Amino acid sequence: MNSIALPLLLPFAIAIGLLLVRSAVMSRWVGPLGSLAMLVVAVYLNFKVQQDGILTLNTGGWIAPFGIALVVDYLSSLMLVVSSLIAFVIALFANRNLPDDIPLSRFYFFFFTLNMGVNGAFITGDVFNLYVWFEVMLISSFVLITLGKKKAQLEGGIKYLALNIMGSMLFLAGLGLLYGKTGTLNMAHLAGILKNDHQAILMNPSSVLFFVAFGIKAAVFPLYFWLPSSYHTPDITISSLFAGLLTKVGVYTLIRFFTLFFVQDQVFWHNLLLIVAGLTMVTGGMAAATYYDTRRILSYHIISQIGYMIMGLGIFTPLAIAGAVFFTIHNMIAKTGTFIAAGLIAKIKGTYELKEVGGLYRQNPLLAVLFIIPAFALAGFPPISGFFAKFMLLKAGVDSGQYLITAIALITGFFTLYSMIKIWNEAFLKKQPEGRETGPGVKLQFADYAPLVILAGASLLMGIFAAPVFDYVMQAGDQLFEPSAYINAVLTPQLP
Amino acid sequence: MNSVILQLASKYVRGLLIIFSVIMLVRGHNLPGGGFIGGLLAGLSLAYKGFAFTQDIVEKEMKVRPEYFMVIGLVLVFASLWPGLLLEGTLMQGVWFTIPFPFTEGYKFGTPFLFDIGVYFVVIGVTVLFLFSLSEKN
Amino acid sequence: MEILLAVIVGVLYAAGVYMLLRRSIVKFIIGIIFMSNATNLLVFLSAGLVQGSPAFVNDTTVDTAHLADPTPQALVLTAIVIGLGMVVFILALKYKYFEITGTDDLDQLKQTDTHP
Repeated sequence: MNSIALPLLLPFAIAIGLLLVRSAVMSRWVGPLGSLAMLVVAVYLNFKVQQDGILTLNTGGWIAPFGIALVVDYLSSLMLVVSSLIAFVIALFANRNLPDDIPLSRFYFFFFTLNMGVNGAFITGDVFNLYVWFEVMLISSFVLITLGKKKAQLEGGIKYLALNIMGSMLFLAGLGLLYGKTGTLNMAHLAGILKNDHQAILMNPSSVLFFVAFGIKAAVFPLYFWLPSSYHTPDITISSLFAGLLTKVGVYTLIRFFTLFFVQDQVFWHNLLLIVAGLTMVTGGMAAATYYDTRRILSYHIISQIGYMIMGLGIFTPLAIAGAVFFTIHNMIAKTGTFIAAGLIAKIKGTYELKEVGGLYRQNPLLAVLFIIPAFALAGFPPISGFFAKFMLLKAGVDSGQYLITAIALITGFFTLYSMIKIWNEAFLKKQPEGRETGPGVKLQFADYAPLVILAGASLLMGIFAAPVFDYVMQAGDQLFEPSAYINAVLTPQLP
Repeated sequence: MNSVILQLASKYVRGLLIIFSVIMLVRGHNLPGGGFIGGLLAGLSLAYKGFAFTQDIVEKEMKVRPEYFMVIGLVLVFASLWPGLLLEGTLMQGVWFTIPFPFTEGYKFGTPFLFDIGVYFVVIGVTVLFLFSLSEKN
Repeated sequence: MEILLAVIVGVLYAAGVYMLLRRSIVKFIIGIIFMSNATNLLVFLSAGLVQGSPAFVNDTTVDTAHLADPTPQALVLTAIVIGLGMVVFILALKYKYFEITGTDDLDQLKQTDTHP
């Protein structure tokens, strides 16, 4: 199955092309079309996975535990589809919104290398290879966050970079210990070795290091400080891209690692994950409530929502894991949607400060509708996607007797609702504050709305047609909960 | 820095460093060496002049922008992925053949070596780019 | 030898953390370099040390019992390359930041973070 390397080769080729041809006109076309091609490839792989089961590729012809295996299963192909969708939407958004001091070709070069890193992290089956893709992703995101070179961006960039480099080092240290203990870095092989391993205590140093590393990337409770202090500094295009993709890669790796091979010391880990999840939800939700800058509210929201995904992992039943997966994809879509809506509000009003804007409902009812769909999806209103995702998680929580975390998740839902209604009230319902400027008064065209229409549509469709999505994520959850299919698919030697 | 000895030496050392870097690149498949080290040495040879004079001179003298080194390298890396797919059926699989060379058993050339050459160029480009962006501008 | 290197890893980590907690950005970067080297050494040590044995052999070597494990060496090489890129990028960032603000103080980085 050589085609599963396409999500890597495609952005790589496009990035090389963009380095060679630095014309803004070309980039304007290449960006959306390239990411659309990625989306097509991802959808094709998704169908292929549903037809043929788990797909693997032993790169370079080295048989599985020795070479680098690329693996696409239900979870990774789903993540590929959603991340490519986000990339496509952001490309559309960037074409209209990127400020003039950021050259488009430069932005798209790092955009595609970032996507290559994200896709690589989703499809790799090797721990060290995962590290490499993380670094590809990180270096691209470092450059993206400081593009434009304003003072605030450099400040935010240094904070972002410092904590993420720490995370990478801890990742590498954990990897070293893991290799020292097991002698392999292939995930399936590791799972096979560690499944019958009773010396859980020896694995814990390495798994703690991995947890902290991925916790930094995913922005969970005690490790999230880099996120709210850097996500509001770059251009909103870049913030929305990061909001949709980066933390979710951390969540994906946490789900992958803690379902596939760090499963020895279950009581300790699941309790820890649940505690971290609860604190993440509450702190993120409460911090969001205190701010009046849309980007900051939404940044803290990312953190709060990460808690739900970790909660699904901590409950650890097939339904809970499926719920976490559902929540992740719903959140990628809805979160990017709200960020883009914030960008459009700022485009009309010229500021992100909620106290200085108002009257948008009268001025622009279409934007109001397009904002309310992802916002209510985040808050969990039926029949939009968030409701079903939350419902699955809560049901799993009640089923397995984890009442405390379920209650916290419910209460955090109110915080989310409060913040969303705050943005709604301040930006849309309230009258334009007197004495404040009304902003540049840009008239939005259809192309400005297009990204938001796609995301709001996707969110609505995922809610209305929740049944097929539910079936799909349940299969993904089963596959994650019982990883023997994954192990067999990777380790069975195949001839090309 | 303004040292006559260094400035004079830079002329010759540069050439030597480039030759040395190519040797490193060529022997690198199974022996110590390889694209990364070779590329660093070649990048160093460009840096050497910058240390002896100023970086501006190097920047002015360079006719090729460092980004193009990266492009060449990335294209080579990209190209090295495909022969394995076409001939052996797996992406990135190594394809080797021997170039006959008089008086020896021949030189083994293959896609991993092509990859290494690509890395060599990328590293040169990156090193020079780094030096340009970090060096003091007068 | 492993014990000595393990101690060195620990010392490097300690020194790195100490430097990370300084106020100057340059010292912070030095701390990152220390820590990244400590991590590389740790990965290198993960397969244990085999004295005087190559990781690569030609076809004629039969004695495979005393081979060094090539995997950590390959990993470390990759990690060093990535570490180099990271350090250079953060240096460039620091340089730019210094050009714009004229300060090297990490405590000055609070300006975007103040609560309204």
